Amino acid sequence: MTMSTLEPGSASAGRLLRYVDALREAFAQEMERDESVFVFGLDVDDHKSIQGSTAGLLQRFGPERVFTTPLSEDAMTGVAIGAAMAGMRPVHVHIRMDFLLLCMNQLVNIAAKARYMYGGTVKVPLVVRSMVGKSWGQGAQHSQGLHSMFMHVPGLKVVAPSNAHDAKGCMIAAIRDDNPVIVMEHRLLYPTEAYVPETAYEVLPGKARVVAPGGDATLVGISHMVVECLRARELLAEVGISAEVIDPIWLSPLDIATIVESARRTRRLVVADTGWTACGAGAEIVAAVLEQLGPEGGIAVKRIGFAPTTCPPSPPLEAAFYPNPGTVAAAVHALVRPKDAAWTPDPERAKLAHQVQFRGPF
Amino acid sequence: MEHHRRLYRTLRLIRVVEEEVARVYPTDVIKSPVHLSIGQEFIAAGVCDALEPRDHVSITYRGHAAYIAKGGDLNAMIAEMYGKKTGCCQGRGGSMHLIDMKAGVIGASAVVGTSIPVATGFALAARRRRTGGVVVCFIGDGATEEGCFAESLNFAALHRLPILFVCENNGYAIHEPLAKRWATDRLCERVATYGIPARRIGDGSVFTVRDAALEAVAAMRDGGGPAFLEILCCRWREHVGPNEDFDQGYRSADEKTPWAERDEVARLAARLPPAEVAAIETDILATVSAAFAFAEASPFPVTGDLHDHVHA
Repeated sequence: MTMSTLEPGSASAGRLLRYVDALREAFAQEMERDESVFVFGLDVDDHKSIQGSTAGLLQRFGPERVFTTPLSEDAMTGVAIGAAMAGMRPVHVHIRMDFLLLCMNQLVNIAAKARYMYGGTVKVPLVVRSMVGKSWGQGAQHSQGLHSMFMHVPGLKVVAPSNAHDAKGCMIAAIRDDNPVIVMEHRLLYPTEAYVPETAYEVLPGKARVVAPGGDATLVGISHMVVECLRARELLAEVGISAEVIDPIWLSPLDIATIVESARRTRRLVVADTGWTACGAGAEIVAAVLEQLGPEGGIAVKRIGFAPTTCPPSPPLEAAFYPNPGTVAAAVHALVRPKDAAWTPDPERAKLAHQVQFRGPF
Repeated sequence: MEHHRRLYRTLRLIRVVEEEVARVYPTDVIKSPVHLSIGQEFIAAGVCDALEPRDHVSITYRGHAAYIAKGGDLNAMIAEMYGKKTGCCQGRGGSMHLIDMKAGVIGASAVVGTSIPVATGFALAARRRRTGGVVVCFIGDGATEEGCFAESLNFAALHRLPILFVCENNGYAIHEPLAKRWATDRLCERVATYGIPARRIGDGSVFTVRDAALEAVAAMRDGGGPAFLEILCCRWREHVGPNEDFDQGYRSADEKTPWAERDEVARLAARLPPAEVAAIETDILATVSAAFAFAEASPFPVTGDLHDHVHA
């Protein structure tokens, strides 16, 4: 499976780097470039340094620019917003996205609205890093993908890089952006490798990527689900179905045009999300595509995401909670060949990516 | 005597603005809820007299007094309340979200307490950028019940940030009295446990407030950490709107009596030469009248402006 968008051998392709190391490189390069950038949040300066994503920053940039916080997510978010309005560029780090629920008042009532409600007299160049957890019994409160809540609010930008190349480029773009950006990382992506240029570069908002071409169905994956969708695409190819996989990368602003172009051609749209389907990113993408298609709509659509339950830690329940390459492939198959009997790939061949690659522990 | 004159001018300017807001409010030219600071002017006037242009103040939705005392643009304030394009937020904020970054007035929030950590962030930036500036964070008594108040005190003390928290304790959160909200009224003791010097001022004197602020600000400019002032006061008008509300049954007019008897606006006027008071009055009336005329004459935003400033 191809994780990189730049093939090895090209001048700017860089070298194979893990997602976690690409993030760390982004922080180091931006902190070197701009003194107003600082990284703070619980555990950013300890020996584990957010799974290594902030390792070495304290030693290089000092405790004024790399520091931990009290367990005060609400106030610390406000502190970041105030510092940003005062001209600094904070990167506020949360080791799980679930903790952003403690920050909602500041993020929604101030960060998102300040530019607008203060008539353009301030800007809030704030990056909020958070990580979705999955597997190893993360359970109810260490597993949530809450991106759609932030997509709902004008004034916030939301990005969910699915590979090391985009992790670095999106993080640099987020740090340089004059608006609050919610970055949704995924724990299972941290060890995955891609070709990453050594120099600084931006993967800018508003441009989706066609990760793999296809003609029978459009398969949009969000965050980690891009990986599962690519595996589903391989399984579908074995039964003669060609799926086009698209990574939106930035969820807000969303490049709907790239998805519309694909869906118009394939007539079938499946969105696989790292979150629930109700009022989710998948619902937004499907609705936006149908609106844009207008009278030529009538395409077949399907949302795939978490089961509409709380995430359970027990392995059999957890396995049923998450979509996987098999369930994604089966859904695409049902859309492409509605008159055929339902088809599900061999479960052994449809394991989740981390069950094949990832060895834990956290 | 010079600071006496200056304080009187600020006090009187705030009072005249607020009374004019109250006077025109029933005509519906003000397109925003208003939370008047009449009776509480001495706090903003005293504290802001200790500040310099490089300093910041964080104000509340009852923030007209502090906005004016820190030197916020009066024309832009009134125009904002009228919903006009020339308002300090271009008609996107209203009375509860006043801001004037040029004057060092951080934008106000209508969610109680929300501005406390934001102000703390300004103090962090001031210390890290070594501007020498300090931040004053005005809050009400209700805001001290929010979790972010405790969180911000702890963080400010931990990092020894140059921020003065000023609690305007008027005894009510909307209509609910302290006795129904606080297990004890030992607010300064609570704050002091963070290692923050905390002092209660109950004499209603603009001079006491000014002296306390000068002392706290001097210590912070010297590299010291945060300080806290709890200043007792009385809200003379209703929570929101232009009227008195002593007939509503939740509080007695007797509560206002001692505060009205020692009204700082009248007290300072009586201590200045009458000719000076008259000259200040003429100047203030012209200034305020011009601000309301400016707001009246200014255009509304046009529909096409709706989508501006969603992003920077």
